[in-house]
Amino acid sequence: MEKRVTFKGWLLPLLLIAPQLVISGVFFFYPAGEAVWQSLFIPDPFGLSMQYVGLGNFEYLLSDPYYRASFLTTAVFSTLVTLVSMIPALFLAVLADRLVKGAGAYRTMLIWPYAVAPAVAGVLWLFMFNTRIGIVAWYLGLLGYDWNYVLNQNEAMGLVVVASSWGRISYNFLFYFAALQAVPKSVIEAAAIDGARFWRRFFTIVLPLLSPTTFFLLVVNIVYAFFETFGVIHTITSGGPQQATTILVYKVYADGFVGQDLGSSAAQSVILLLVVGLLTVLQFKFIEKRVHY
Amino acid sequence: MANASTPLKEPPPGMVEKRGRGLWFTHALMILGVLVIFFPIWLAFVASTVPQAAITHPPMPLLPGDQFLTNYKRALFSGVNVPVATMLLNSLVMAMGIAVGKIAISILSAFAIVYFRFPGRNFFFWLIFITLMLPVEVRIVPTYQVIAGFGMLNSYSGLILPLIASATATFLFRQFFLTVPDELAEAARVDGARPMRFFVDILLPMSRTNIAALFVILFIYGWNQYLWPLLITTDPSMNTVVMGIKQMFPSGDDIADWPVIMATSILAMIPPVIVVISMQKLFIRGLVDSEK
Repeated sequence: MEKRVTFKGWLLPLLLIAPQLVISGVFFFYPAGEAVWQSLFIPDPFGLSMQYVGLGNFEYLLSDPYYRASFLTTAVFSTLVTLVSMIPALFLAVLADRLVKGAGAYRTMLIWPYAVAPAVAGVLWLFMFNTRIGIVAWYLGLLGYDWNYVLNQNEAMGLVVVASSWGRISYNFLFYFAALQAVPKSVIEAAAIDGARFWRRFFTIVLPLLSPTTFFLLVVNIVYAFFETFGVIHTITSGGPQQATTILVYKVYADGFVGQDLGSSAAQSVILLLVVGLLTVLQFKFIEKRVHY
Repeated sequence: MANASTPLKEPPPGMVEKRGRGLWFTHALMILGVLVIFFPIWLAFVASTVPQAAITHPPMPLLPGDQFLTNYKRALFSGVNVPVATMLLNSLVMAMGIAVGKIAISILSAFAIVYFRFPGRNFFFWLIFITLMLPVEVRIVPTYQVIAGFGMLNSYSGLILPLIASATATFLFRQFFLTVPDELAEAARVDGARPMRFFVDILLPMSRTNIAALFVILFIYGWNQYLWPLLITTDPSMNTVVMGIKQMFPSGDDIADWPVIMATSILAMIPPVIVVISMQKLFIRGLVDSEK
């Protein structure tokens, strides 16, 4: 889409666009280029010189069992976060949609967790499940279950998944609720007249009509799980136990800042750039499609 | 998602919604859902109002205690490493800086891209587009080096600038400008108005709602940042509140000062929650729009 009516001149528009270009150049393109460049080198132990290794960092990474494990961890983590945040959200949205009165009040209550930062959410869930003082851990102990996410890898994964999904339920709820409100009531009523019960109507009519929203939410929730859950992981498990919750973004941080392995960290950044690029294309394809219907 | 901002439809005659027992059941489920979702926040609030001993001897109470003022005063004015009031101020500066900065640079560049034909326009457009979704998380090490090179560690500009390099807002404004009727620009041109006149007198006022909606989203985005402040604020007095909470946990086996930590958590969530709740309509609109 283009404007037919435009203003003349070229200096003014260049000046207008300059601040964004300068900021993007200095803080985006230069660092991204630097990441690509650094990924081709290994610094010597004293940090005095860099040795060119070509794709060595990448080869090393892809054969590194820890890195592969981190890929798998990220896949499991993001799948679980997506499911745990979307299914309850859809359920609550369907409930809210059936209420003529009061849906707005519930929505106001359900928005809260979205505003809570992932890192703060991490602290809240850590507090409930803390092995020494956490109230949920204590009641689990009463039931005879020895909860210890500090040692048990699955429990650690479960805890970071729930803590990461919690705020996203609000987010997904808002989108599903808006989409449900937009489903034409006449279609539903026609089905009801034909004798379709609620669940049948839901699976044959409502769910297919929601599929654009579902697809969109799938992509954004995966992006969220990949990149924005750092705060949760860092506050609750710091990637442990035995790297069981070290997702890719956490590993970039751990290797780059804690381990000071700049070449490897840069190579990981480049791989992540590719992943995000892929997801962006996916999302953009979807947006394009939606604009046209 | 364009339908999200349209008003709710009139309730249709009762064919498909629940009545009687079913209705109460739906309400009951909904309330249960809200309670479950709300529980972590409630528990944090309770913990921020009781003495440390009530927490370290589990199970902790489920109703607020009488230490509200003591705990919050302790958090705000002494904290653990640095008073929480200082961290709140840092968060406010960072969130405002990101929101205002991003809106300012994006609305200008969107104006240039939509309303002018100039050499390199398409190229610049694509340059900006590439930055669309790449979060700071994937380029942390080199970005950190750039900031360190500029001597911007432990500074507000270091906290803010790298995070305003993103194209989402530019895109949103571009989409909006494209829907502005051509006649307005035409009339302005016929009247001999300069482009900036048109921008200030017509385009800016028309964008008011978009700016406000975007502001809500960006404020929360800035306030809730974690990794970036964690890296570049080594000086506790520059910590933001969201990243500062983790720093309040003692290393080793010491017992954490839970009442103060939980009071800080509550303080850290209050500003974004207020923004979201009070501007709910704008917020939902902004959210739904900015993901378009």
